[in-house]
Amino acid sequence: MKYEEMQESSESVNMTDSTTTDTTGETSAPKMTASHVDVFYGDKQAIKDVSIDVNMDSVTAFIGPSGCGKSTFLRCMNRMNDTIPIARVTGDIMLEGEDIYAASMDVVQLRARVGMVFQKPNPFPKSIYDNIAYGPRIHGLATGKDELDHIVESSLQRAGLWGEVKDRLQDSGTALSGGQQQRLCIARAIAVDPEVILMDEPCSALDPIATAKIEELIHELRGRYAIVIVTHNMQQAARVSQKTAFFHLGTLVEYGETTDIFTNPREEKTRDYITGRYG
Amino acid sequence: MNSLTEMKRRPTDWQGAAMQKRIARRYAAERRFKAIGMGAIILSAGFLAFLLIVMVGNGFRGFTQTELPLEIDFPAATGGVSSSQFEGPDANSNLQSMGLREIVDSSIDLQYGEAGNDLFSPGGWTTVNAMILADPKIVEQKATIYLPVVSEIDVAYKDVGNPEAEKRVSEFSGQFSTGFNWNFLSNSDATDPMQVGIWGAFKGSLITMIVTLLLAFPVGVFAALYLEEYAPKNRLTDLIEVSINNLAAVPSIIFGLLGLAVFLNFFGMPRSGALVGGLTLALMTMPVIVISGRNAVKAVPPSIREAALGIGASPLQVVFHHVLPLALPGILTGTIIGMARALGETAPLLMIGMRAFIATPPSGITDPATVLPVQIFLWSDEVDRGFVEKTSAAIIVLLLFLLTMNALAIYLRNRFETRW
Amino acid sequence: MTSTTLLFLVAGLGLVAWFFGRLKAAGLQKNGKSARSVLHSLPSYHGWYVALWAIVPATIFMLLWSFISPALITDAALTSPAAAQLPEGGFARAAILSEARAIAYGNQVNAFNPLSQAMVNPYRDAISYYQMIGVVSALLMVFAFGAYAWLKIKPDLRARTKIERVTMLVLLLASLIAIVTTVGIFLSLVFESARFFSMVSPIDFLFGTEWNPKAVAGPRGETGFGAIPLFWGTVFIGAIIAMIVAIPLGLMSAIYLTQYAPAKFRAWMKPILEVLAGVPTVVYGYFAALTVAPALRDFAVSIGITSASSESALAAGVVMGIMIIPFVSSMADDSIAAVPSAMRDGSLAMGATQSETIKKVLIPAALPGVVGGVLLAVSRAIGETMIVVMAAGLAANMTANPFSSVTTVTTQIVQLLTGDQEFDSPKTLAAFALGLVLFIVTLLLNLIALRVVKKYREAYE
Repeated sequence: MKYEEMQESSESVNMTDSTTTDTTGETSAPKMTASHVDVFYGDKQAIKDVSIDVNMDSVTAFIGPSGCGKSTFLRCMNRMNDTIPIARVTGDIMLEGEDIYAASMDVVQLRARVGMVFQKPNPFPKSIYDNIAYGPRIHGLATGKDELDHIVESSLQRAGLWGEVKDRLQDSGTALSGGQQQRLCIARAIAVDPEVILMDEPCSALDPIATAKIEELIHELRGRYAIVIVTHNMQQAARVSQKTAFFHLGTLVEYGETTDIFTNPREEKTRDYITGRYG
Repeated sequence: MNSLTEMKRRPTDWQGAAMQKRIARRYAAERRFKAIGMGAIILSAGFLAFLLIVMVGNGFRGFTQTELPLEIDFPAATGGVSSSQFEGPDANSNLQSMGLREIVDSSIDLQYGEAGNDLFSPGGWTTVNAMILADPKIVEQKATIYLPVVSEIDVAYKDVGNPEAEKRVSEFSGQFSTGFNWNFLSNSDATDPMQVGIWGAFKGSLITMIVTLLLAFPVGVFAALYLEEYAPKNRLTDLIEVSINNLAAVPSIIFGLLGLAVFLNFFGMPRSGALVGGLTLALMTMPVIVISGRNAVKAVPPSIREAALGIGASPLQVVFHHVLPLALPGILTGTIIGMARALGETAPLLMIGMRAFIATPPSGITDPATVLPVQIFLWSDEVDRGFVEKTSAAIIVLLLFLLTMNALAIYLRNRFETRW
Repeated sequence: MTSTTLLFLVAGLGLVAWFFGRLKAAGLQKNGKSARSVLHSLPSYHGWYVALWAIVPATIFMLLWSFISPALITDAALTSPAAAQLPEGGFARAAILSEARAIAYGNQVNAFNPLSQAMVNPYRDAISYYQMIGVVSALLMVFAFGAYAWLKIKPDLRARTKIERVTMLVLLLASLIAIVTTVGIFLSLVFESARFFSMVSPIDFLFGTEWNPKAVAGPRGETGFGAIPLFWGTVFIGAIIAMIVAIPLGLMSAIYLTQYAPAKFRAWMKPILEVLAGVPTVVYGYFAALTVAPALRDFAVSIGITSASSESALAAGVVMGIMIIPFVSSMADDSIAAVPSAMRDGSLAMGATQSETIKKVLIPAALPGVVGGVLLAVSRAIGETMIVVMAAGLAANMTANPFSSVTTVTTQIVQLLTGDQEFDSPKTLAAFALGLVLFIVTLLLNLIALRVVKKYREAYE
């Protein structure tokens, strides 16, 4: 009963524009395209001429030594760099053919469509329920309490957290363990139903068991969302990603299938990094 | 329920009309919120501007006085005195025996008639007195001297006064002139607003502040050094810390009660004196210096202490040779801010009797004294309208001092602030 | 010889002692054969060692002597023949003695009572006699102890260690002054309040609703020391009206300055707002009384509130609120700054607008800190004196009408203590009882606020 109501309401919304909603299963066109992106912090250039495509059906890993610009580039993809006054971005980043830096692009909507998970788990000091419901509430994605409950439940389920927290949804999100907090943050990002999820070293603050859980989760989420993950851990990149981009000193050195990058890199620098010569 | 959770959510339609409307509403809320924030700042700054404008608007007239010319025929009035009388050490006593006051009064009668004495400020002859001391030659000639008018006419001339005074203003219009009120800077309290000055209160403030500084600064710095560098972690230290934090937040009037009960009644120190005022304010200022001092000491990196200890300096040498000099700018900044607060403080000083009518400036720490803020308070209570502008003028002087001190503190902070 | 000159003399001798001590130590060092210093401590420490020995005992003696000698002087003066004529005991005797003493010390020129005049000379003699004893003993002590220390200077004398121990003691004593002051405040308030409560029942004082202090109890035993109207006035002005002004303005200013304002605007605006906190309260009081209060009264009359008085709770409260703005603003600023930026990023990355982030994430996260700051602001507002003295009035009304005059605890303290009261009158002592209540309330507010803020800080560390 409720299910049908909801479907109806969402269908009535969807009728207006059906092309953009048809996102799953589309493998040919890249979800996000960056071409000739430069990023400056004041006078300093942090990213030099980076062009990259992100596909829907694969997890893309950004690897490289610290300070190579991989996180900076990631933050450009949902315009989180806007919060830094001296940061300046040139070049084009397209989300389904729309320039995300165009004046017509609304940054609030963009960030809802391109979600982000941070290095350190950052749950809001609110209840678990309110953490997840935050996004749907501000964007008005739920028409009633039931729908909101549903979004919270399904997001937690997708993040593999439902079983652990379903009896204490009103507990504070900060009371969870580090790994649970990070999955809560992933669930929070999922709750607004993004098209792309950016993950900025999501496991670097976690223990190995929690890391394994997150990696498993990334596997499960693949296909539903285009996922970009920044990591300094090469094994992790090899495990979770299908495509890998190697950054060095603000430039994109090499981008290709993960198996190729790790077994047969084209560039000298990539090989040196992968074999542990530096980094 | 199960089917619900299994349901695949339809992707959100971001371009839909409903969503666009919602976004527009959210952005409107954003703009509103930002405007409210801006409004709060403008309002706060506006209050400050309004306060300053009112004070300056009222106060600048306090630095001027309305004068009327008075012709004094000294040879005729005195029967011819020699100017040499008024040079040298006896000048003042000779002037007094000459009866200058009567000479001025009769000259007023001569020029302005019987009612003339209602025109001039009764203390106007002191101006003549000062002029003769400055230039004795004028007693040998006919001189035209500008003397301050009475307060009512002064108010009526500058602003709107009572009808009687307004009438007299129009009667003598054209003859008035405005001069700088030097008396305001050099005199002390008086009953006639034309004769009051801030010198006595200023001197009182100065002496009180010196006492405060001499007591609060060493104690504050020593306590800060002890707590930050040497204090063991124990109950006593905790107690000291709690006391200091608590003292920093105790209402100032409570310090006044302490001063009254302990310094005046228990120790029997002289009432109204700068000594007790300084002591009371020192107790109030000390916690401020301790707290800022501790922060400054804390900001000195441990590596410096380790370096000094490493070459065999004793713990005391480490602190007095290395830590204290590096922390001093921060301590001084805090001290100046604390002193500025003490300089503006009124309530505790009322409690210990520094609200007396002080017509002669204090010359020592036990003489009855008053301070600038208390003088402002006393004048603000006066009924005579002439005091309004004097009060505001005194406020301008006080604010100038406070601004200078604060600017100095900011300068020190910026000049010597080291980022480690 | 006055005590000041004696003090300078002793200090001067201390300097001499320093030189002698240093000289001897330097001599010892020169006689040493090895290249390494034979002294345990540097010569200047030996100098300090001798100087301290010379000065400190003598100074302590002078302090003690200044407490003891007045009694000795009086005793000596009373043995003189002139003392035989004095009235037996009582107030008159004390008055004559104190007058004679004042003349003898040169604080007063002429005696009103001929008996006092007769006592002046015995007093003078006694004073000069005991003063001489004091001076001679002090100087003897300087020399004796100085010489003792000087003789003790040997190469292995641990002068530095000893000096450091003394210095440490001085540092500790300086820190203890804070405790002494706190205890002094508490004891003096409690002591005077106890005297007050022996005359007026604490229950009448704390729960009585009529404030009209009289020196003597009325016909029905009423004393007019019911402080409830004062407490109400204090809360009404300091915790209600002032906070209604200060909290929104302070909070929104802080939010705008930290979250929206360009760096340049912030760099200018923050000090300007801080000036508001630096303006002395007497200036605010004058501003409230001269400008704000008449304007508010005219406004009230124009909207039909004819009972509006020229001294109003509103005028005092609004101006006090303005004074508190920078305080609230800086506390809010600190609390918001303490929220980890990850929170803010997390919210923005969800697609929240800045105001949504502030309202739904930052403020709730910073709330304990903000609440602590507001408590501190309330504590400051209710202890504020000059604004209410000058603008709130003296009428002890129990009213919630902001245009009428109310009075506060601090106003009444000033009022009670600035009249021509004797110190034992209940009216004077009532000021201390009010002070005690004020002290306890502000103390509690501060303790709670500091605890809340501390807990909150710890949560994000």
